[in-house]
Amino acid sequence: MDFGFRISPSSAVNLDNVDLEKFEELHRIEPDVYKCMACGSCSATCPAARFSGMSLRKVILALQRGKEKEALAMMKNCMLCGKCTMVCPRGINTRHLILSICRIYKEETK
Amino acid sequence: MKENIVIIGGGIAGLEAAAQLLDLGYKPIIIEKNDHLGGHVADWNKLFPDMTPANDVVSSLVARAADANIFLNTEISFVNRLNDSYNIMLSNGISIITRIILLATGFSLFDASRKEEYGYGVYDQVITNKDLEHWFNTGDDPRIGDCAMNAVGFVHCVGSRDEKARNSQCSKVCCITAVKQAIELKQMFPESMVYCFYMDLRMFGKKFEDFYISAQRDYGIRFIRGRVSEVSENIDGRVIVKAEDTLSGKPVKVTLDLLVLMAGMVCSPDSTKVANMTSLPLDSDGFLKSRDNIADIIDSPREGIFYAGACTGPKTVPETLAEARAASLKIHLYIKGLEK
Repeated sequence: MDFGFRISPSSAVNLDNVDLEKFEELHRIEPDVYKCMACGSCSATCPAARFSGMSLRKVILALQRGKEKEALAMMKNCMLCGKCTMVCPRGINTRHLILSICRIYKEETK
Repeated sequence: MKENIVIIGGGIAGLEAAAQLLDLGYKPIIIEKNDHLGGHVADWNKLFPDMTPANDVVSSLVARAADANIFLNTEISFVNRLNDSYNIMLSNGISIITRIILLATGFSLFDASRKEEYGYGVYDQVITNKDLEHWFNTGDDPRIGDCAMNAVGFVHCVGSRDEKARNSQCSKVCCITAVKQAIELKQMFPESMVYCFYMDLRMFGKKFEDFYISAQRDYGIRFIRGRVSEVSENIDGRVIVKAEDTLSGKPVKVTLDLLVLMAGMVCSPDSTKVANMTSLPLDSDGFLKSRDNIADIIDSPREGIFYAGACTGPKTVPETLAEARAASLKIHLYIKGLEK
């Protein structure tokens, strides 16, 4: 029945339905991924962030919340310059992490 | 009572312990490398959360410890371990034989110039928390007050929680110190915008949260959740700060007249030096290792050596004083045990 309006789908993240298999695989290769404390240093220094919305902090969070598409769309703008690795206070090798994310989540994007 | 008690460090921990030991009837010896007592607190202006003048705290401690044997401008040259005691050689040529050493060597302020991206020592308008307190005390700093002071920023966690700086620990008191200093600057320059760039705010202590709420509500200090990633200077000599406002998910940039870096606490090289001489181990956080981090924080693993204050990790002033009192009681009971 068409009432002429619709309830928009819920934007809530339902953790019951999030499939973290790939993230677990990522965590096995990159144990430091859980060390991120979302301080935002990487995004603040990222030369691509201002123009494209790339933010590694958001990518890491989005992957853990099952928003893979959103994360991979951001990742496409990464130029692998490595500035984020230099500023990360937790010493995460972010450049290596980005490459691992690309490898593990590759098929999804095709 | 003839027992020698050597207190290494004449900061608030050493002074409080000396005062307590004097009350218990001992005659402790304080060894201080500087030309004045009071340590870091003597360089501070006011203490959170009640804005107690630091000078009042220090001068009352100095008065209470005045009867101790105090060696200023003196360092430890070496320590020899004898059968049941230690032979301490001082830089002034005096040697002391003692069975009891209290380490009150405190902490060092992180050298902010090591975080090159923040430009301390490179840009004129970048100062540290200690420089600001020095200005509060003396009014003598051309970098502060002579400029417009329209906008001021504080960077939390400089050299704390930072594996690149080889200090992954939280320095505990900088959050509340930044809030205190922000309020003080806002009181002096009511028209200025004051920003605090933080990762997490750790308001753990008595009345700290009230202080934080007051900073927001009564003083309009703006808290931005994001770690500053880099600082640069513009042609007017003002500094440009870049961070991510992680709550909105957008990069932020702001031009400031003054940037204050909240340098954290690290283990003082003097603590490490004395620890080496007496073969005391360091804990994994880089500070001196206690016998047990819960039950025996003031006991070292070595017989007759005790700790008080920030040599075992970052501490507030009241925590340090409480530890100093506990250590002096411990020493009293230890001596009683030796006499049996």
